[in-house]
This record gives sequence, C-alpha cells and structure tokens, in this order.
Amino acid sequence: MIKFLDEYRDPELAQRLVEKIRNRAIRSLRLMEFCGGHTVAIMKYGLRRLLFPPVELLSGPGCPVCVTANVDIDKAIALAQKPEIILTTFGDMLKVPGSYSSLQKTRAEGGDIRIVYSAQDALEIAQGNPDKKVVFLGIGFETTAPTIAASILEAKSREIKNYYVLSLHKLCPPVIKALLDSGETRLDGIILPGHVSAIIGSYPYEFIPCDYGIGGVVAGFEPLDLLLAVEMLIAQIENQKPTIEIAYRRGVKTEGNKRAREIMEMVFDITEANWRGLGRVQASGLTLKREYQDFDAEASFVLEAAPAKEPEGCVCGEILRGIKTPLNCKLFGKQCTPEQPVGPCMVSSEGSCAAYYLYGGSNNGR
Amino acid sequence: MEDRIILAHGSGGKLSHDLIKDLLLRELGNPCLNLLDDAATLTLNGRLAFTTDSYVVSPLFFPGGDIGKLAVCGTVNDLSMVGAIPKYVSLSLIIEEGFLLKELKKIISSIHTTAQKAGVEVVTGDTKVVNRGSADKLFINTAGIGIIPDGVELSGSNAKIGDKIILSGPLGDHGIAILCQREGLKFKTSLESDCAPLNTLVADMLEASKEIHVLRDPTRGGLASTLNEFAESSKVGIKIAEDKIPVRDAVRAACELLGFDPLYVANEGKLVAVVCSQAAEKVLSKMQKNEQATQAAIIGEIVADHPGKVVMKTQFGSSRIISMLAGELLPRIC
Repeated sequence: MIKFLDEYRDPELAQRLVEKIRNRAIRSLRLMEFCGGHTVAIMKYGLRRLLFPPVELLSGPGCPVCVTANVDIDKAIALAQKPEIILTTFGDMLKVPGSYSSLQKTRAEGGDIRIVYSAQDALEIAQGNPDKKVVFLGIGFETTAPTIAASILEAKSREIKNYYVLSLHKLCPPVIKALLDSGETRLDGIILPGHVSAIIGSYPYEFIPCDYGIGGVVAGFEPLDLLLAVEMLIAQIENQKPTIEIAYRRGVKTEGNKRAREIMEMVFDITEANWRGLGRVQASGLTLKREYQDFDAEASFVLEAAPAKEPEGCVCGEILRGIKTPLNCKLFGKQCTPEQPVGPCMVSSEGSCAAYYLYGGSNNGR
Repeated sequence: MEDRIILAHGSGGKLSHDLIKDLLLRELGNPCLNLLDDAATLTLNGRLAFTTDSYVVSPLFFPGGDIGKLAVCGTVNDLSMVGAIPKYVSLSLIIEEGFLLKELKKIISSIHTTAQKAGVEVVTGDTKVVNRGSADKLFINTAGIGIIPDGVELSGSNAKIGDKIILSGPLGDHGIAILCQREGLKFKTSLESDCAPLNTLVADMLEASKEIHVLRDPTRGGLASTLNEFAESSKVGIKIAEDKIPVRDAVRAACELLGFDPLYVANEGKLVAVVCSQAAEKVLSKMQKNEQATQAAIIGEIVADHPGKVVMKTQFGSSRIISMLAGELLPRIC
C-alpha cells in the first residue's frame, strides 16, 4: 500500500540520487530553495550536508511569518490593544517580536488574541461575538490568500459585519524577480515552492529563464521530492537549457488551481508590499478591493503606531535574501533562540534560523 | 433544568456537605476518607516518595480518558517513575460555577475506577467553587505518596555509558487525541489517549531487574525533552534510531498534516527506561508481557560522544540533533 510518506523518504533511492547529483554537477552550484517548508525539510533530513559540495542550497524569502515587516507586526499589536477587538491569528505570529512588543506580550497584558487554524474559524468567532470586532491577521502567500478571500465572500453573504482582515499577503513571483534584480547573490537555479504553485501553476515563473537565464523546478516537501528537483536543475544546467519544470506532479498542475485564483482575484487587488529585508516591492502584495472595504481592517480602524525599528544585530533581512546564513549571525544560538527570539526567522516553524537551530544544533547546520 | 454546581457547593455549608457525602464519599469512600477529618493520618514504613500535579486539560473528556483519570494516572505515574509503590493520593477540585453536576459525577466515577485499577486510595481532599469565568469548568490537583522498595535507586542523573534506552510503546497518542478534540480542528480519528497507570508495569520491570537506572514518563515535551533531560542530568550523550521508535500510523499522519513531530508530542501512559545493557533484554521481554507495553522496544543507547546532546539516526540515513521542545506545542493537554 502506498502511504505517501515512506516512499518519498527511501534512503537507498535518496543515496542514488545524491550520487547522481554529485557526479553530474560539473562545477559548484548555488541553488535557492524559496520556500520555508523546503528549508525545514532540507535541514530535517540533512540534505544541505549531503549535497555540499558541489551543490550549495540557500534559503530564500519564502517563510510568510519571517517576511512580515516590523511595521505590519506593530499594526497587528496596535489592533490587539483595542478593547473592542478580538485579534485572530495563526499561532506562529504570536511570538514574533515587533518593534516594541509581541502579540504574546500583548495577550498577557489583556489583549484578546486567539489562535485559529483557518480564517473560517475567525469568521465563526465573529459570528459568536456580535458585540466585538474580530480581525483576522492575514499573512501568507498565494497558498493561504484564497481561503481568506473565501472567508470574506462568506462574511458578505452571511452578512457578518464585525469581521475584518488585516491583509499582509505576499506574492511569490514578484519577490523572486526583486531578488534576482538586486543581483546581490549569484544563483544557478531556484527550487520553486510546492504549495504556492498548486494555486498559481508554473506559468507565472516563465520570466525566470526568459529574463535571467536560470531554471526553476517546483518541488514537493519530502526528501526525494527535493533531491529530484535538484537533479532536474542540474540536468538543465548541464544541457544549458534553463526552463521551468515540475517535480511535484502529485500536488501541482501546470495551470494551477483556477477556481482558487478566481476567488482571490474577486476579493483582492495587487498592491505594493513591505517585506522584511527587501523593503517595498512593487506589485508583490494583496489588498482588499474597494467593494470589500468594509472588511478591511486597515480602512476600518485608526492605527497609531510609533515608527518601526529593527532589532540590533539581527540579520534576518540578509538571511531572507540569501546573502547570509543563520550561522553568519552573531546572535544565533546565543542571544537568539526559539525561547527568546530576537528576529522572526527564529520564531516561525518555517524560519531558517529555527530550522538550523532545531535540526542542526547551534553549530553544525552547514 | 440540569443540575449545576453553584457557589454554595463550595461554601462549607449544607450544600458542600451534601456534595461530599452524596458524591465524593459514595464513590471514593474508605475508612480514612470517611472520617472527614482535617488531615488524613497514615502509617507508612520505609523510604517515601511524595509528588503533586495539577490538571487543567481541555477538553475535560477526550477519547481514552477524562480529567479525572488523568489526575490519578499522572500522580501514580510520577510516583512510579522513582520506583515507588503508590499508596495514597489527595484530591482537590476547583470547580467553575455552573459546571454540570452530571459531568462532575462522571469524572468522580472515573477517578474511582482509575484509583482502584492503580491500587491507590483517595485519603484527603478539598472542593472549591469559583465564580463563572474564574476557572475553566474544572481544575484538579492531586498529590500522592508511595513507598520505595529497598535497592531501588532511580534518578535522571543515573544514566551510564553503554546503558540501553527502552520505550514502552508508540508515541504521541495522548497529544494527538486531545488535539483532534479541540475546537477548530475537527479531525476524525479512532485514536485514543494512552492515559493509564504505569505502576504495575514498573513493578514488573523492577521484578525483572534492579539494574534500571532511570525511568521517566514522557508527558509534556514528549520523548525528545525527556531524553534531553537525561543527557543533561547524567552528562552523557544519547543515540537513538528513528526506525526503532514505535509511532502509530494515525499519529504520524496527523503530525505530518499539522506540522508536529511525534518526538515532541505528549504521552500519558508511556515510560522511557535507561537500563544496564546486560539486563535490557530481560526487562524488555518482561515489559512486552504487560498490557501497557506490548510494543515496548529498545530505541537507543547512552554513549560517551556528544555529552548533553541527543542525536537521532533518521530513517532516511542522516543524523540529526534532537533538541528540547522550545515553547509550547499545544497548551493545556494535561
């Protein structure tokens, strides 16, 4: 019986793929795994160590918690401090330090902050608390945005008027472009996100080979998925034919999920977004369309927050751009640990620093 | 209208007495408790073990158990982990005003059944009722006393290089069973909490050999945190093999979906033993004959390398460090 777990973790198959990759790589190669879920799998199964040299895997800005800018976390905190508001959020955001506080501290100070597993849960809380205003903290990429869009459509049809979304959603292809435009780090290929691609398909990445001459392969989250993606990228490099391919056919169709995109497009407009480490990136975020403004937390509440500031010594920004690894950070494993995080990459379960810390120990996460 | 607990049930007056007599004594009564004196007077000989724990699990009823069963098992197991034979427990209830009487009855009855199974008596107790909103339905505190047999010396700092590590059964049943009951996660599974008293298992193990150096039940923080505690207290390295660690398919599947690692998920009816290597097979086969540990397995050993660290050889063939649980995986699981 295929159980869809062990088959993708077969050590013998993996060993053969690793040898094939090592033999085929004619020079040292730098590949970026965009997605935080990939970073975790790579660290958990020790793939970074298995492949280096010749293949160096760099983590990209694909952890939704990590790329949320301090100014936006400060906004969420300001909302949670209002007595009339129940702030609902995915659990990962709770411990992320903002400029001056965190949602966890705000909750201890009396803010009504509740962890939910989906926007749908937040909507139910709104219906159950008609005298409160329920704000959902909308973070994530194209993967989560459609479900949040669906919750807004449902709120409208069920006439739930006390439900709001603080939309901090980010889009994946534009930030890959921004990263490549910056030219800060030389890349030979990109391991493209699995779940995001399940929604958007593989067409939106075509600009990568066309404009930048490097290939991309959509990968799943098991070790064999990732090794296969690396092998496909190396074949592209060997044949000098950069292109976009999918190594995760069981999860991703070339055309993606049209219905999910339609729902997303119905509710959201594309807008400029603020990224930790990358600053403002054009057309890389989602904001609520005018006709759904009643559900937009940003349009519905006055948010006064002191100017945002970054923690001293934290290099999360550079780590997210692939310029540094957690091991290059002076705070890593010392002042900054999962219990006492300084930067967001140590908080999120998909953060590079947390993955290095949990699966690599504090000093051997190469 | 269903009968509910009201503030007067905790007032010390007539209603308190009725509650104690009609419910608590009827279920839990014994010569010592029936006296209703301010303190239980007990005669015990030998080295004593004494422990206390509070239970705030949510929801109160879950597949495989409830807060009452948990409150007895938790304290019985804490005593058992130092090798003590559990004898007496106390029971302290903090009840929120408005709590359904029939639910309280169910919980007290479950305490009775579990105490009987574990061979302990409730000899003293207390009941408080707090205003609605001041507690969430029901909190329970139990304390327990047990006697440590001669020649038994168990402590987290006793692990010796070369010792084998035995796990009594599959990981994560309790944590995942609770999680699946939580609001917002309507997860269908037939999985039950492993919540159970472990004193007979420990008695069997000690009968097989006194060369058991450490025992601990991997509750909150899971196996990973327990092994890290051993490595730190005993200043030794620990090596385990992923393919030797039993985990049910349902737990593995739920963990994959939710992003948890079974090594960090709580158990309430499992123990980890560090046993002298010569005695390990004997202890293991004795364990496998006890209904609490039919799937017991040797999962690793104590090594001189990497003192203070736990390293796991993964099924995939690589090695990784298993750290202590950081932060809370899931609040209020016990």
